[in-house]
Amino acid sequence: MSGAAPRGMAAIVRDAGLAALIALGVGAPLLGLRTEPVGRGLTLIPRPGLLLSVVAAVFVGRILVGLFMAQRALRRRVISPAPRAMLAPPGFRSWLGRAAGPAMLAFALLLPFMPGIGRYEIDLGTLVLTYVMLGWGLNIVVGLAGLLDLGYVAFYAVGAYSYALLAKHLEIGFWAALPLTGLCSAVWGIILGFPVLRLRGDYLAIVTLAFGEIIRIVLLNWVGLTGGPNGMSGIPRPSFFGLPFSMAGGEGTFAGFFGLEPSPLHRIIFLYYLILALALVTNFVTIRLRRHPIGRAWEALREDEVASRALGLSVVAVKLTAFATGALFGGFAGAFFATRQGFISPESFTFIESALILAIVVLGGMGSQIGVATAAVVMIGGFELFRDLEQFRMLVFGLAMVAIMVWRPRGLVSSREPSVALGARKMVGAEHVAEGRG
Amino acid sequence: MDYALQQLVNGLTLGMIYGLIALGYTMVYGIIGMINFAHGDIFMVGAFTALIGFLLLGMGGVTFVPLALILVLVLAMAFTSLYGFTVERLAYRPLRGSFRLAPLISAIGMSIFLQNFVQVTQGARVKPLEPVVQGGVVLSRGGTVEVTLSYMQISIILTTLVVLTVFTLIIGRTPLGRAMRACEQDRRMASLLGIDTDRTISLTFVIGAALAAVAGMMYLLYYGVIDFFIGFVAGIKAFTAAVLGGIGSLPGAVLGALLIGMIETFWSAYFSVQYKDVAAFSILAIALIFLPSGILGRHEVEKV
Repeated sequence: MSGAAPRGMAAIVRDAGLAALIALGVGAPLLGLRTEPVGRGLTLIPRPGLLLSVVAAVFVGRILVGLFMAQRALRRRVISPAPRAMLAPPGFRSWLGRAAGPAMLAFALLLPFMPGIGRYEIDLGTLVLTYVMLGWGLNIVVGLAGLLDLGYVAFYAVGAYSYALLAKHLEIGFWAALPLTGLCSAVWGIILGFPVLRLRGDYLAIVTLAFGEIIRIVLLNWVGLTGGPNGMSGIPRPSFFGLPFSMAGGEGTFAGFFGLEPSPLHRIIFLYYLILALALVTNFVTIRLRRHPIGRAWEALREDEVASRALGLSVVAVKLTAFATGALFGGFAGAFFATRQGFISPESFTFIESALILAIVVLGGMGSQIGVATAAVVMIGGFELFRDLEQFRMLVFGLAMVAIMVWRPRGLVSSREPSVALGARKMVGAEHVAEGRG
Repeated sequence: MDYALQQLVNGLTLGMIYGLIALGYTMVYGIIGMINFAHGDIFMVGAFTALIGFLLLGMGGVTFVPLALILVLVLAMAFTSLYGFTVERLAYRPLRGSFRLAPLISAIGMSIFLQNFVQVTQGARVKPLEPVVQGGVVLSRGGTVEVTLSYMQISIILTTLVVLTVFTLIIGRTPLGRAMRACEQDRRMASLLGIDTDRTISLTFVIGAALAAVAGMMYLLYYGVIDFFIGFVAGIKAFTAAVLGGIGSLPGAVLGALLIGMIETFWSAYFSVQYKDVAAFSILAIALIFLPSGILGRHEVEKV
């Protein structure tokens, strides 16, 4: 794959033949034969056409890749190879980097009022922003503190269920419940984190994964409290600071108060701005915390745990704050999710959600706020784009995750601005983050 | 007492299946330090290949059970190893030397892909298989409950023991095993000493996938039903087992798997079936608090 020397056509064809042979082997049992239920048992239906067309596609695709690689190797030879710069080139790219954030923010702020934007687009925007917020929340844990958390969805679930319980049983309104749900999630973050944060790297990852599963199983089986697999429905919808959204449009409603024509769009737009505000709060807090001693401690810990300990940081306390802060924002997002949907069930809090959020953080470039937002737009937007493909959607999604990772292992935004710098601030290539240079 | 004995037998069988999967995790972790998230799905592919193998033999008229078992085992191992090889080649090798999380995300993507690949090509419905091995030995019938050791359980335990012996010999006695252990200790040094590390890593994935295929076939025979989603839960359990035993340690993986199998079986027998996974995961968390590197794992000393 290195493409050091351009290869001849014969080698490319041979390589493609080998790839096709492997594809034939891989595809033979699962693509070539299909198990169909007959009576009480199963029977096999051969599908040679499908198998052969896939093998042919692999052969042709491999030849094209081979030719492309050979071309590139040839070009590389003629023009001297570009040095892999540690510093991002100045000029256009840094201008783009500076302009991207405000441009995206302006777009997000104006989205509901743009021409041609209907209910569907605003709903999609709300969904994307939910993931942006979750991504930013997890970014604190993974990107800043360098702790691999595979069970972030647990805090999302805790937030959603605690809002649902508070609102339904104690009749606490959304705005009063919001801080409580965040607190609840943060406490769970601490309860989980306290015993396990001594663990390193992958041990921590598996325990967080286990914790996510435990929460889901408990939600699924504690029927008395959570409704079990049926979930909880009839969760109160948010009001506009006490003014409910109602189609009747009476005296005490949002539409009535502002003298507007009652419309179902009001609530949708309100929800959109609500999650936008929550996401921006997450972003703002993260940016401020990075300059705060706690944030610096997180990044120091990510870069070198031994050195941080030697300098007197309490590793467990630092990790706990990161965990609890991440959990807090996960909880907020969960409360928003519950109030937006009006219905929650354990189905929404599976491992795949955790994987998706983690993928957004890593694909965006860990620690980069704008990268995470971009990745959320790309992933969730792309996911929606393939809605018509139905069952092929997840197939494409999995493949895209692999492809993006192979293409850009460091994520979409692969340079960082150091949080603290002596003298001039230089952009740092992401390959140097977590090596003591970020 | 008899009831407990029966549960012991069941737990042992389950633990053996987990053990075969856990070895794949622990080997890959030991050699390249990544969590091969797609390994559970390789196990699922193994189970499906075995199912198709049994159906083929049934249509071909092979009725002698031991022959059918061996043929299907070889078939499933061969095809599933090819999956292990391809997955490593496509999703992990280009990311070698990249930062820690890149292969993990790539593996999660591969796992989603494999699950949906099987769902799309084979359908989402549960696939039943008629019992291939029936009957069993009654160990005791004195008490209130009859304790039976089914031929199925015997063959699972025996096959696993044979496979484990062969596997231990490969790791301990062959040049390939020596290369694998060398790569595990220090990959750069091993390559300086003339070991083809890429090939060794490839073969590690192939062996891991072959072991997962054995586990997949056992699972199919034991439970009689499979679907495209079995890889996820089995994969997490096996990984939990590998971590519990001390990740990177081969005997540890089997030991951890037996423990997880026992905990799960006894918990469902005496407390509640719904919370068996909670029990397994909680034991993992508790064990890791007191033994942060697992039961048989080496405690890593970090030199600065």
